[in-house]
Amino acid sequence: MTTLTALLQHQIFKRSSEPGAAVMPFVVLLFGVTLFASVGNLWFAEGSLFYVSTYTITLLGKYLCYALLALAVDVVWGYCGILSLGHAAFFALGGYGMGMYLMRQIGDRGVYGNPLLPDFMVFLSWDKLPWYWTGFDNLAFAVLMALSVPALLAFVFGWLAFRSRVTGVYLSIMTQALTYALMLSFFRNEMGFGGNNGLTDFKDILGFSLQSDTTRVFLFATTAALLAIILVVSQAIMNSRFGKVILAVRDSEGRARFLGYRTERYKVWLFVYSAIIAALAGVLYVPQVGIINPGEFTPINSIEVVIWVAIGGRGTLIGAVLGALLVNYAKTRLTAIFPEAWLFALGALFVLVTLFLPKGLFGFFADMRARFARPSVVNPEETR
Amino acid sequence: MFRIAQLTKFFTLLSALLFSLSIGSVHAESRTDLYEQLTGAKLSEVVPILKQLEDSRDENFLSLIQEMVDGNLYYDKTTLALRVINKVDGVKIVTDPLTGATLEVETGNLKKIRVNNSVRVYIRGASARVQLTQGNAKQRFGAVRDLFAKMDADTLQLITELRVTESSKKVQGAMDLVIAMDQAKQDADPELRVAAINLLATSLEPDVRNLLTALADPADETIVGISARAAVEGIEGKVAFYNKVDTLFFGLSLGSVLLLAAIGLAITFGVMGVINMAHGEMIMLGAYTTYVIQLLLPNAIDISIWVAIPAAFLVSGAMGVLIERTVIRFLHGRPLETLLATFGISLILQQLVRTIFSPLNRQVNTPSWMSGQLEINPVLFLTLNRFYIFVFALLVFVSLVVLLNKTNLGLHVRAVSQNRNMARAMGIKTAKVDALTFGLGSGIAGIAGVALSQLTNVGPNLGQSYIIDSFMVVVFGGVGNLLGTLVAAFTLGIANKIFEPITGAVLASILVLVFIILFIQKRPQGLFPQRGRAAE
Repeated sequence: MTTLTALLQHQIFKRSSEPGAAVMPFVVLLFGVTLFASVGNLWFAEGSLFYVSTYTITLLGKYLCYALLALAVDVVWGYCGILSLGHAAFFALGGYGMGMYLMRQIGDRGVYGNPLLPDFMVFLSWDKLPWYWTGFDNLAFAVLMALSVPALLAFVFGWLAFRSRVTGVYLSIMTQALTYALMLSFFRNEMGFGGNNGLTDFKDILGFSLQSDTTRVFLFATTAALLAIILVVSQAIMNSRFGKVILAVRDSEGRARFLGYRTERYKVWLFVYSAIIAALAGVLYVPQVGIINPGEFTPINSIEVVIWVAIGGRGTLIGAVLGALLVNYAKTRLTAIFPEAWLFALGALFVLVTLFLPKGLFGFFADMRARFARPSVVNPEETR
Repeated sequence: MFRIAQLTKFFTLLSALLFSLSIGSVHAESRTDLYEQLTGAKLSEVVPILKQLEDSRDENFLSLIQEMVDGNLYYDKTTLALRVINKVDGVKIVTDPLTGATLEVETGNLKKIRVNNSVRVYIRGASARVQLTQGNAKQRFGAVRDLFAKMDADTLQLITELRVTESSKKVQGAMDLVIAMDQAKQDADPELRVAAINLLATSLEPDVRNLLTALADPADETIVGISARAAVEGIEGKVAFYNKVDTLFFGLSLGSVLLLAAIGLAITFGVMGVINMAHGEMIMLGAYTTYVIQLLLPNAIDISIWVAIPAAFLVSGAMGVLIERTVIRFLHGRPLETLLATFGISLILQQLVRTIFSPLNRQVNTPSWMSGQLEINPVLFLTLNRFYIFVFALLVFVSLVVLLNKTNLGLHVRAVSQNRNMARAMGIKTAKVDALTFGLGSGIAGIAGVALSQLTNVGPNLGQSYIIDSFMVVVFGGVGNLLGTLVAAFTLGIANKIFEPITGAVLASILVLVFIILFIQKRPQGLFPQRGRAAE
C-alpha cells in the first residue's frame, strides 16, 4: 500500500515536462468513470439518479476514440516535433477496415438482400466482391488489416520523408496532401468502398446487435481500457532509451545525428506507432458511430486533432487526451446551442492558444503551480 | 454537265423566280398588308405569305422570322400590329419589330403567331438564303456553314450561282466545300468525286468529316473509297493534333490559375518562411470583393472588373497586413505555430463570409468582352475568359518580378529574406518589410480571386480548394523562387490536363499529388533550389 501511494505521489508531482506526467491518476480516474457509467447504464432503470443514458455512453465512447487519436498526434508532435496534418488518414483507414467487417456482417439483411455483396456494390451492379474484400468477414483479420495497412502506409511515407530529411512545415504540407489524395480516391465509386456515402447501416458485431445497450457499453469499456493501455505503453516508451533519443531528435535533430543516432529510423518507428494508435481509434470509432465515409479524410479533421493537442498541452500525453475531451465536449454543446458560432470559436481557439498558451492548458497549470510553489526558481525554457 | 435531275431543279427554280418577279414590285404599303395577312393567316397560308415577304427583300424579314421561330412574335388583336415579347429577368418587354421601339402595352391583348414544322423548315432555309444574299461577308460565311448539314437541291443551286459573284475568299472557300460535298456524294464521274474528296480533305468541318467517314467504306475498293479513307485519315491526324493543342491550352489555363493562386504564397512563404493557411481565404475575399463591386455597379459589368482588381488587392492586402500585425509577428521563428494560428484565421474568415453572404455560391457575371470564344478552326476553340486570365497571370507575374528586382521595396524584401539580422543591421526596418511583404502576398491572392470569380462560382470554400494545390506549386518550384513557381504552376497544370482524359479528373489530381510527394523525396528543395548564402 505504501509503495502504491509512493508511486501515485511520484506520478502526481512529476514535473509537467517529464514524459507521461499524471498518467497513473488519469488511468485510475478513467477506470472509475467507465465503471460508473457502465453500471449506471446497465443496472439502473431510466429515471434513477444513477442512470446513464445510452446516448451518453456512445458519446463518451466517441470522445475516448478522439482522445486516442489526439494521443497519436501528441506522440509524434509533442515528443518528436513532427507536425502531422494527416493523422485523420490513418484514423479513417482503420475505420474503413472495421467498416468492411461490419459491412460483411450485414449479410442478406441489406436493402437488396444480396447475401454476398454490400448494397452499394449491388447498386453499381458488380457481380463479385473485389479481391481486397476477401477475409473481412473475420473480425480478427479485419482488425489486423485495419491496423497494418495504416502502419504500412506510415512506414512507407515516413521512410521516404525522413530519409530525405523532409522536416518542419514541408512535412506538414506533405502529410496534408497525403490525406487529401486519399480523400479524393475514397470519394470514387470505383474504389469499392462505397464512394461518397461510405459504409453504413451496420447491424451487428460478432453476432451482438450494435443497437443493444450491452454492446454499446462493452464497446465503450473496451475503448476506455485500450486508451488506458496505450497511455501506459506510451509513457513507458517515452521513458525508455528510445524515448530519450526521440526527445533529443525533437530538440536538435542535427546534434542527435552527429552523435551517431540514425534519427530517421527512430522517427519512422515512432511515426508507425502513432499511425497504429490512430488506426485503433478509427477501428473503435466506427462501430460506435455507425458510419464511415470519405469525409473523415478531410484535411480539416486532421488539423482539428492538432488543436485538441495544442489546447491540452503537447508532449504530456494526458494533456492531449484532456484537450480532445474538452474541445469535443464544447463542440457538442456549442453546435447544439449555436451552430454558427462553432467555427468562430474553433478558429479563435487556434489563434489564442498558439499566441497565449504555447504549452497548452496542462503546461499552463503546471507553470502556475511551479510559480506558486517555488517562486524563487526561474523555470528555464524547456520546450520550443 | 447538266443532268436531267439538275435540269428539272433548274426549271423549278426558274419558275419560282418568274413567280417572284410577277409580284416583285411589292411596295411598302403592300408589305403592311402582308404583315396584317400574317396575323390572321391559317398555318397553311403562312409559308406563301412569308415567301412574298422574302421576295420583297424586306429588311425586317430576317429578324421577324427569327423571332417567329423562337415563338416571340405576337400581334395586337385590335390594331393587327406585330409585336415581339421578350422576357428580361422575368419581366415581359414588348417591342415593335419594325421600328425596334419599346412599347408600354398590356400583354393581355396580344396573341401569339403560331408556327408549325413546315413553317420552321421554311424559315430555316429562308434565313440562310437571306443571309447569303444580303448579309456581310461574316454573316454569309456563317450562313453557308449553317447549311452544311441540311443541304438540299434548291439551296445547292442557289449557292452554285452565288459562288460566281461571291467576293470574299473565306465565303468562296465555304461555298466550294458545299459544292464539293455534293459532288463527292453523288457525282457520276469518279474522278470528279476524287477531286472533290481531295478538296474536302483540307477542311476540318465536322459535317465534312461525317460525310467522308460515310464514304470511307472499308469494303469499297474503288478509287473513291480509297481516297476517302486517305482523306479521313489525314483529317483525323489533324484533329488529333488540334486536340493536343486544346489540351495544352487548358493546361496553360489551369496553370495560370495555379500561378495566380500560388505566387502570393511564394512571396509570404519564400520571403518570410511563414506558412499562411489563410492564403486561400485571401483568394476568397478577392472573389467576394468582385461580387460586391458588381452589386454596387449593376449597370457597368464591363467596367466593374477594372474596379474590382485594385479593390480586391486592397481588401485582401489590408487583411494580410492586419493578420501580420496582430498574429504572425508574435510567432516569429515558430513556423508550425504560425501554421496553426493562420489556419484558425482561415476558419474565422470562412465563417464570417458564410454569415454575411450566406453559405450559398454566388455568381459573378463575366464582362461581355471576356465572354465568348476565339475560333481558330472548326475543331479548336479558345474560350476568351481563360485566354485573358492566362495573359493576366503572366502580367501579374512580370510586374511582381519587376517590383522585387527593380524597386527599393523589392530590394529590402530580398535582403530580409536572405539574412534578416544583417538586413536589420543595415538599417532596414524588418517589421515594416514583413508587414508590407505579407500585405503584398495577400493582395496578389486577392487579385487571383478576381480571376477565379470569372471561372467558377464564388463561395466560402473557394479558397480551400486551391490552398493545397498552391502549396504543391510552391514546394515543387522551390521556395523563394518566383521563376520556379511559374514553371511549376504550368508544369502541374499541363500534367493535370494531360492525365485527365486518360484517368479521369480525380485520379489525375491524385497522380499529380503522388508525383509531387515522390519528387520532394528526390529534391527536397524543389525544382530550382536556392543556392549560395541565401540557402540557409
